[in-house]
Amino acid sequence: MELDHKRYFFEKFGITERLLERCLGEALSAGGDYADLYFESVAATSLGIDESIIKTASQGVSAGCGVRVVSGERTGYAYTDDLAADKLLRAARTAALIASGPAKQPVQGFTETDAPNLYPAPGAELDTDLASKLDLVNRADRAARQYDPRVTQVRASYADELRRILVAASDGTFASDTQPLARMNVFVLAKEGERTAKGSSGGGGRVELDYFKGPKGPEHFAEEAARTAILQLGAVAAPAGEMEVVLGPGWPGVLLHEAVGHGLEADFNRKKTSAFAGLVGRQVASSKVTVVDNGRMPSRRGSLNVDDEGSATQETVLIENGILKGYMSDKLSARLMGIASTGNGRRESYQQIPMPRMTNTYMLAGEDDPHDIIRSVKRGLYAVNFGGGSVDITNGKFVFSASEAYLIEDGKVTAPVRDATLIGNGPEALKHVSMVGNDLALDEGIGTCGKDGQSVPVGVGMPHVKLDRMTVGGTR
Amino acid sequence: MTSATEAGLDLQQLAGDIVEKALGAGASDAEVTIREGDEFSVSVRLGEVETLKESGARGVGLRVLVEAENGYRVASTSSSDFTAEGIEHLVKGAVALAQVTSVDPFAGLAEREEFGQLEGDLQLSFDDVYSLPTEERIAWAKRAEAAALAVDTRLVNSDGASFDAATGRRIFANSRGFSGEYSSSYCSISVSPIAQGANGEMQRDYWWSQARAFRDLEQPEPVGQEAARRTLRMLDARRVLTQQAPVIFAPEVARGLVGAVFDAAAGDAIYRSASIFTGKLGEAVAAESVTVVDDGTIPAGFGTSPFDAEGLPSRRTVIVERGVLRNYVLNTYAGRKLGMKSTGNAGRGLAGNPFLDSGNLFLEAGSVPPDEILRGVERGLYVTRLMGQGVNLVTGDYSRGASGLWIENGELAYPVQEITIAGNLKEMLHNITAIGNDLVFRGATACPTIRVDGMTIAGA
Repeated sequence: MELDHKRYFFEKFGITERLLERCLGEALSAGGDYADLYFESVAATSLGIDESIIKTASQGVSAGCGVRVVSGERTGYAYTDDLAADKLLRAARTAALIASGPAKQPVQGFTETDAPNLYPAPGAELDTDLASKLDLVNRADRAARQYDPRVTQVRASYADELRRILVAASDGTFASDTQPLARMNVFVLAKEGERTAKGSSGGGGRVELDYFKGPKGPEHFAEEAARTAILQLGAVAAPAGEMEVVLGPGWPGVLLHEAVGHGLEADFNRKKTSAFAGLVGRQVASSKVTVVDNGRMPSRRGSLNVDDEGSATQETVLIENGILKGYMSDKLSARLMGIASTGNGRRESYQQIPMPRMTNTYMLAGEDDPHDIIRSVKRGLYAVNFGGGSVDITNGKFVFSASEAYLIEDGKVTAPVRDATLIGNGPEALKHVSMVGNDLALDEGIGTCGKDGQSVPVGVGMPHVKLDRMTVGGTR
Repeated sequence: MTSATEAGLDLQQLAGDIVEKALGAGASDAEVTIREGDEFSVSVRLGEVETLKESGARGVGLRVLVEAENGYRVASTSSSDFTAEGIEHLVKGAVALAQVTSVDPFAGLAEREEFGQLEGDLQLSFDDVYSLPTEERIAWAKRAEAAALAVDTRLVNSDGASFDAATGRRIFANSRGFSGEYSSSYCSISVSPIAQGANGEMQRDYWWSQARAFRDLEQPEPVGQEAARRTLRMLDARRVLTQQAPVIFAPEVARGLVGAVFDAAAGDAIYRSASIFTGKLGEAVAAESVTVVDDGTIPAGFGTSPFDAEGLPSRRTVIVERGVLRNYVLNTYAGRKLGMKSTGNAGRGLAGNPFLDSGNLFLEAGSVPPDEILRGVERGLYVTRLMGQGVNLVTGDYSRGASGLWIENGELAYPVQEITIAGNLKEMLHNITAIGNDLVFRGATACPTIRVDGMTIAGA
């Protein structure tokens, strides 16, 4: 399998090991400490139905190579969308300018990274089964419309891509991978009288088309989107102020991504710009909280056989029983901090410099029965779905926006509430976790994380969790 | 760097050739977009270079329309492969893909007489953005950061400073005779210092300058000093109790509300009945003092272009005039769905159907200095930063994380954070009770300081 990935760039673009060595030599010609080449080829398909008409069908291909040279804490970067030898060598010479010293030699010979097989690696240039993909969006459209007569608008889309990468580095790293990624999305509007409301749902992962023929298929996403829209028709104003908050399992794990995940990326901690800097070994959450980042989950959206620096991915414990254990790192921060890379070096494309990023980040299950968690709340909010969130890693303040939430009154879930943003302080929020459910779930595969203008697919997960206090941004 | 001259390719000629090839392969109409760009960026941190990046890339997109009995089938392809083989793949792929789509009675290019472009120099492209040698660019970023960190000893760290420059070229051609291209340039300097307060908590903020021409870029020192001022004023921020109080939106966050007005007036949201503005044309949707304009024709503007992504000339559209919704913003498709003409607001990626995009979008300045707006508030929030997604345009529900400064007796009293502001956009627009005279474009969307009454602030 590894040979197949490698052969792709070798056969399609005429890349040879000799050329890789020449480029790395050129990249270190001004004396950098480290250099790497990142080849990427992406083929993407997207189909969309809107008003029961297939209005969107598009396919795209792109390819390129990024050359990075590291000298101390300095990084030089250049890229080319032309993989001819002269263009690659020129990019290498441009990136080399970051250093100023006598030329260095890359390590002789490459060692292939030992990597698992977490997802299917289709051999074909593109999965061209368009009819089956069209069937998915048509079925989603039908299922959403059949769900309830108050459904007035349905949009559904299917998008997939096949990314092939090859990484060769001056430290002898050699890795290649073929990374599928597929996703369905359904968006629904419902109307009743003067009230209009929306609902959306989606999911997928590093999977093939067959995945959507299983339980997480078009009908599932369509019914979820329609159910949310209908529910929102009857939503009441969200409460305002500090209160008890219970988060549902799965996608509400975006809490972890914002509250602690970004703050535990090694670059921010190396530079001491994170609110979590210097807190390893200290208590940052209640003793019930254990959080991991795991790039090695089969078929998950955030999973990778190797990261975008050619390092093997792994399961990294971030917080164990409330104690901060460590950071997620790429090669640069690992070297400068004297730790090992955790295989979290990722980039959006060949045009971007890699940096520490999350993969699948989740909280391990606890021992509480979810019903007991709800019953324990006098007055609070039960939030089961979210739009997304963001964080200021320096002061630790984070937000995430509930798209499906209910009031809890006297231990019972009551009325659905309108959209509301929740806000908290990362190093403090998880200290207020008083109950952790026994029902860990991962999200359905919709997460995209942005950092410094670069987007990468990620996963999150969590069991039912109760926070004794958090600020809810409603209106009453 | 990749450039057309180096590759020996006339890109406008190539765009025309691809249109012809698409028609030859069975398309009834075709549109071709080619984009080419170069970028340079340097970031420094604590006086040392952190990253240096220099490169370029290009891409081509084709959208084909195949006529059927009652409309068109539409599909698109994109590629970074400009070889003859790559172009053939692009064309054949698009025509084949169109066979699987449905016939859409509203699809189709604009009429011939609608195409065109603004004449004259729009001042979008200046060679001087690349005029500085690399060492000078590094020095600019270093100067900005040094100026920031020199302001106060509480500025103990830095998230760095950067100097960026970019040039881009856009070519568009279609099968109804339109062919055009334009170039644009950009340069910017930004700095993000970190301060530490008495309670040990760190705060980070930033400031920037951007311009089409290097000669119009602000000097690094004032940019750095402003970043420092903004960071320092947030030190030792507190929370406030949950309450209703007036909210003053500083210009850098007020522009988000102007963006929401554009999105609510966007034709695709209107024809789906997915907007609070659906069916409200001619009705009062905001306070009488509110006028919102989208103008793609302002010379040197960051939202200026000679033609939109469908080849229609850019223009000025008044969206809200003295509180009344006057116009939706439309591309050809949304216009046809609503029985109206495009307002020249088409945007697009390399592949996919055109969407709606703003030009230079702004809320017209009022006559009150911002200080005076603050002086009129006994107790309220001056919000300088917002977090999170914001507004649900279907319902108008608005809820965002906020930080800024608390106002007491007309004065900025102390910094506040970890709070939210919430309301409903429909009411918020009517509750704009003051508009500042401080309209400054620091990007394509701009808004003066505004006061909004009746919002809920949630805190401790």
